[in-house]
Amino acid sequence: MGYVNQRTAFGETLVALGEKNNNIFVLDADLGGSTMGKLFELKYPERHLEMGIAEANMTSVAAGLAQTGKIPFVNTFAVFAAGRAYDQIRQTIAIGKLNVKVVGSSAGLSDFGDGATHQSVEDMAIMRAIPNMVVINPADANEMVEATKAIADYCGPVYLRVNRNDYDNVTPEGKPFKIGEPSVLKEGKDVVVFATGYPVSLALAAAEALKDEVSVKVVNVSTIKPLNDEKIIELAADCEAVVTAEEHNIVGGLGSAIAEALRKSRKPIEFVGVEDTFGCSAHNYTELLEHFGITKDHIVKAILSVK
Amino acid sequence: MAYPKELLDSIKAKAQTLRRDVVISMGVGHAGHLGGSGSSADIVAALYFHKMNHDPKNPKKPDRDRFLLSKGHAAILQYSALAEAGYFPVEELKHTKEIGAMLQGHPDVRKTPGIEAGTGSLGQGLSIGLGMALGLKADKIPANVYVICGDGEIAEGQIWEAAMAAKVFKADNLVAIVDQNTLQAQGKVCDRFDTNPLPEKWKAFGWNVIEIDGHNIEEILTALDAADEVKGQPTVIIAHTIKGKGVSFAEGVVGFHNGTLTEETYQKALDELKA
Repeated sequence: MGYVNQRTAFGETLVALGEKNNNIFVLDADLGGSTMGKLFELKYPERHLEMGIAEANMTSVAAGLAQTGKIPFVNTFAVFAAGRAYDQIRQTIAIGKLNVKVVGSSAGLSDFGDGATHQSVEDMAIMRAIPNMVVINPADANEMVEATKAIADYCGPVYLRVNRNDYDNVTPEGKPFKIGEPSVLKEGKDVVVFATGYPVSLALAAAEALKDEVSVKVVNVSTIKPLNDEKIIELAADCEAVVTAEEHNIVGGLGSAIAEALRKSRKPIEFVGVEDTFGCSAHNYTELLEHFGITKDHIVKAILSVK
Repeated sequence: MAYPKELLDSIKAKAQTLRRDVVISMGVGHAGHLGGSGSSADIVAALYFHKMNHDPKNPKKPDRDRFLLSKGHAAILQYSALAEAGYFPVEELKHTKEIGAMLQGHPDVRKTPGIEAGTGSLGQGLSIGLGMALGLKADKIPANVYVICGDGEIAEGQIWEAAMAAKVFKADNLVAIVDQNTLQAQGKVCDRFDTNPLPEKWKAFGWNVIEIDGHNIEEILTALDAADEVKGQPTVIIAHTIKGKGVSFAEGVVGFHNGTLTEETYQKALDELKA
């Protein structure tokens, strides 16, 4: 089908899942046009709940639905999902290990125009720190399709991060998604780049730019939690140094998770991500990523600094 | 509606048993929520030992009525009801809050049979109950969801999000019970953070409102049955209660929101709660 947008990929996959399984429920807080929950609403209005601009209630209602055997997908912007509804997720959904899918849409800096209030630089850190949570951040639209199916099949709480913008796919279409399985997109033996979300494509571009100088391995880490430490250690074993790349604060996100996993390796490691600051408004996505140093060139620089 | 005297007496006796179990589960020297348990005991007894369709031998049976204690700090009351109903041995109550115990300080859905969802971070139970009510409706299961909230608890904004949503979704299988014992942890609700007037607020939010004496079994049963007759609208029962009801030295005493019993007061409480 060739989606180039994670939101659309997510929304249409939900519709497809809803056709096969009438336990799939979708909840929106007046942002269905943005989260693409509206696609589900158009097809299955009886299983789409418009919960109004009240994210806390929406999230706890999803907990109740899960307790009657439904598989609720709770949609809102990532900042509100992981921020405003944090306590609802923690107290009832995570402690109870309930089968609720929390979907953080317009995640990271992808809502470039709306500024700091709507850009989530800490959502993965928050969700990752909650026991029992699974945290998924797909690289592109192709992976979003498969990740959405995989989390619907998984019984338990999941946080899914969704990018707002169009960009080219770097992962193959139709490859089944396995929770907790990092994938090598390019082999290399000098430096390994662990990347997540849109920066996976930047990491691949950086590896290409350095192909005559440095042999760079690029690993797509779309499951932030459970991270699969053993696999991360194995993937880093034959490389001299490590770089991480993410559209998130370097505090608490992928970089932290990889550093935790590799804490005994003593390999040099460098992080590319938001440097512990809030976002800001921009006229386009590319300009904003450049502003925060999340580009191919910054990954190139990081690779050269550790090798 | 008239209820047989034997029924009213048996529920009243159960409520006393629950209050006694609460004291036993607190034990001596450990803080416990005696106050909020005493105020809700008659309502909880009426639900578990008469009104609700549930089966301790099959806690997950799909058509069961659901009970949520949104004021989760009174968990020892719900544990007492679950134990007396047969979900687990009454003996377990003595191990409440021990490391590794199935009975935690607040309800834990993964540890205790009969608990429907984790509550205790106040203000969330009504939303969870609404989700259950909507799930049951979607499956055309004619079961009710009962949620007890405290009158202090309803200062939480999420309660009112849930109240609005329940009206929007015409959740007539959802019954909120506000245990208006008029005390919160730090003093009188009306002095500390006044959540009154309750009937007017709930009416304005689109709910069917019933006010009762929360220690009068006949009024409790009448209200619960009346809620069944209301269609297209959720019902709230505002129950006027006495915090710590049944234990003379705890009645209306703020300190017993989460108080501790001595050897002497423990024995006195048990003596007062004799069947």
